Amino acid sequence: MTSIIGPASFNFFGIFPAVILSFILPVIGIGLFAYIMARRFAPLVRANPDSRFDQIGKRVKNLILVWLGQIRHPRYMLAGVLHISIFAGFLILSIRSTSLVVVGFSDGFVLPGFGGPLGDIYNFIKDYAATIVLIACIIAAVRRGIYKPKRYAVPENYGKDHTAEAVFVLGIIATLMISESLFEASQVAYEFQHTGHEHFLAPLSLVWIFKGILTSAPQNVLQGLHIFTYFVHDLTFFFFLCFLPMGKHFHVITSIFNVFFMRVQKGNIKPVMYGVSDEGLDDLESFGVKKLEDFTWKHMLDFYSCADCGRCSDQCPANAVGRPLSPRFITIKARDLIFKNYPMSGEIYKSNLLVEDIYTEDEIWSCTTCGACEEECPLGIEYIDKIVDLRRGMVDEGMVPQSLQKPLKALEKRGNPYGKMEKKRADWTKDKEFKANWQIKDLAKEKADTLYFVDSITSYDDEIQEIARRTSIILKKAGVDFGILGKLEKDSGNEVIRFGEEMLYQDLKEQNTEAIMESGVKQIVTADPHAYNALKNDYDNLVPVKHISQVVAQKIISGELDLKPCQDPEKVYVYHDPCYLGRHNGIYEEPRQALDAIDGLTRVELEKSRDRSFCCGGGGLMLFYEPEEEIRMGVLRVNMAADAGANIIVTACPFCLVNIQDAIKVAGKEGEMEVLDFTELIEQHLY
Amino acid sequence: MEILVCVKRVPDTAENEFELNSAGNDLDRDDLVYSVNEWDNYAIEEAIQIVDKVGGSVTVITVGDDESEEVLRREMAMGANNGILLSDDAFEGSDGLGIAAILKAETQKGNYDLILSGAQADEGAGQVGGMLAAMLDMPYASLVNKIEVGDGKIIVGREIEGGNQEMNEIDLPCVLSIQTGINEPRYVGIRGIRKVAKVDIPVKGTSDLGIDADSVGEAGAKTKRVDYFVPDMGDGAEMLEGSTDEIIEKLIEKLKANGGF
Repeated sequence: MTSIIGPASFNFFGIFPAVILSFILPVIGIGLFAYIMARRFAPLVRANPDSRFDQIGKRVKNLILVWLGQIRHPRYMLAGVLHISIFAGFLILSIRSTSLVVVGFSDGFVLPGFGGPLGDIYNFIKDYAATIVLIACIIAAVRRGIYKPKRYAVPENYGKDHTAEAVFVLGIIATLMISESLFEASQVAYEFQHTGHEHFLAPLSLVWIFKGILTSAPQNVLQGLHIFTYFVHDLTFFFFLCFLPMGKHFHVITSIFNVFFMRVQKGNIKPVMYGVSDEGLDDLESFGVKKLEDFTWKHMLDFYSCADCGRCSDQCPANAVGRPLSPRFITIKARDLIFKNYPMSGEIYKSNLLVEDIYTEDEIWSCTTCGACEEECPLGIEYIDKIVDLRRGMVDEGMVPQSLQKPLKALEKRGNPYGKMEKKRADWTKDKEFKANWQIKDLAKEKADTLYFVDSITSYDDEIQEIARRTSIILKKAGVDFGILGKLEKDSGNEVIRFGEEMLYQDLKEQNTEAIMESGVKQIVTADPHAYNALKNDYDNLVPVKHISQVVAQKIISGELDLKPCQDPEKVYVYHDPCYLGRHNGIYEEPRQALDAIDGLTRVELEKSRDRSFCCGGGGLMLFYEPEEEIRMGVLRVNMAADAGANIIVTACPFCLVNIQDAIKVAGKEGEMEVLDFTELIEQHLY
Repeated sequence: MEILVCVKRVPDTAENEFELNSAGNDLDRDDLVYSVNEWDNYAIEEAIQIVDKVGGSVTVITVGDDESEEVLRREMAMGANNGILLSDDAFEGSDGLGIAAILKAETQKGNYDLILSGAQADEGAGQVGGMLAAMLDMPYASLVNKIEVGDGKIIVGREIEGGNQEMNEIDLPCVLSIQTGINEPRYVGIRGIRKVAKVDIPVKGTSDLGIDADSVGEAGAKTKRVDYFVPDMGDGAEMLEGSTDEIIEKLIEKLKANGGF
């Protein structure tokens, strides 16, 4: 015998053909897998509709960048590189694994086209791929099993530790790599012994090492090893395939779909029910997510796809301050419930009210909708829409904390959360000194090109009214012809929709839209990122909306605004990205450009900035909510700014200003640290 | 259990800035927004919770003008089964005794086991509940902050000055005035109110109730308002006393009470 006998021709004990096993294993494996997938598909079929087949171009781009390109992974460098290694290895080795299954029936089978040089190149690459995957698995196992990074820990209230499953799967992958390499190495060693022909193997690869070890092994050992490792690989492969849908490794299968269907638009909120227009809302039996099947199929797919990597919760400000919310467990708890309610065989169980069963009310109210979790997730899992849908369900059931009921009622009655009179909405213009120098047009009486949308906090809060006055002065000096809606303006409702009070939001939207259309303006400017977001992303068919920082940056470039040299040059400034300006709307550069246009201003960057900015505590209705927490988000943020060496925090959002002002006091940093609104800093530096 | 809850439409303290009218005898009511008296919300919530537990129905009733229908709908959106509006020009200007007499007339037509009212109203005197109980010859407990439903009897808790708690067994039927904090009233949004927008709410006047028009309203009122004014501001300073923790607690309460939080 000059050649080793492959699994297709081998007989166990000389009589039992191995090919039978090579046939049965895939049949059982694929059959079982198909059954499991069918069961896993059931909840998606029962779920609510979702609209995910639009904007195919953007989806394909996500597929290339986020899925294939893994661009979000290096944000956590070590874990990211390990994952990219294993992911790329899997992609490469999937070809080898497929052909190996066929090798069980047909000795020496190669996929079409892989017979010639392409096959040689492929073999060379896949030998390294297997080696790199094995090394990555070992490092990952050591990291998870011994170093145990904190973000993988499972707090007691969220159930048992997940390390065992993770390490088990790493073991399975390692088994696949080793058995595949041994299968090949035993064959190469055997042939070498017979023919003396040195088959080229990728140096230092796993196969190369094994071949070196096996060079002088007895032939019967090589033969046995060849067959044994083949079936170890075959069995492990199909076991792994069927094991994937049982837990967090389901993402190996679902990720490609999940990324394709992920959010392609930013800053918006899903409709109450896809396919139901605003006018049809009144006819809906129920609102929002109350039971498991009220989630959309994409949100169910999110639950399946979570790899439990903990990046969302690591970035979540609510989690950081000890609020009872960890986005990771929003997903894990829902997945556990799907697995429980949709078992592998037998009856499908009915879901209870989720907010009593697996979630708590405080958990769902704790979210500031800052979007840090979604920005981070390498799988494109969404949280904001789920939280909003759960809140819609709670609002529909009357489950709203007393602290939020008052401002909601005030919004209904007065159009602002403070319950202040409508006619006082423009009182900020009546400041003596301001009024003496500046006249603000009331669009109910006069016409203008631009509407300055002030929104509630800037209209009514004594201190924040300063932002309205500074914004007006900036606009005036920049030569913008603008006016305000006065008492016709209502709260933009950015937080009203995000707190689940859809009908109230609809009401506010209608009133504002009508007033804006009536005014005949061509564009809207606001200094409140929350208003900016609502008008731009939630309202329909409005005129273009700009944030004041965009106007300023543009007018500096055009030369219409000129800034004095820094009045406080010994201070160190840092810009804090408001969530609704940055993450939700991608405005990172304009405020920085404007700051940098001030000569002699020293500006540093926070470690967590731009799309990793850390929420200051939330705006709108979040100011009224009384969360359980150990520390304020704002205090953590102020400390981060201090660590960055700054003593003036500049932000571009009234809510950030309020939260950071309070936080400076709570952190005991009065005198050391100061917070300024963007408009204040700019206005101070205008000629 | 058949429960009747008496509610009142009042100017909302949270959403208004009160100013006197030019005559100086009442609030300037032109720009006011109205809502359900806060205490009444707790009474409704308690009634709904009792019915959820032991069965029965909740009826909500008010004496007022056409606009008072909105508060009935809001309470029905919370979960009250029926609403009754007692409205008649003759009712206008009724004092507490008159309101109690009107409520009594309707209450006697029903077969209620339990009658609840708010402990007081934002602009009221906290008198109607007690008067109604006396007129109906029913036992009465005021400032109730806990209700345990038993068989033919209920046990009610009352908060006593100084933070003590008193528990009383009381025979049914009875009248209770409900204190805030007894529960957490559920939220009612626009959607909830729209759902009950078309439910029929009967309106009853003097003839339906069989009461003499002269015995109620301004004509029948035995107390009359003679003046209404905002007292002159004092010096405004107040010393908080006690341990640090107590002072902090008092301060927080003050801030909360004045909308500082």
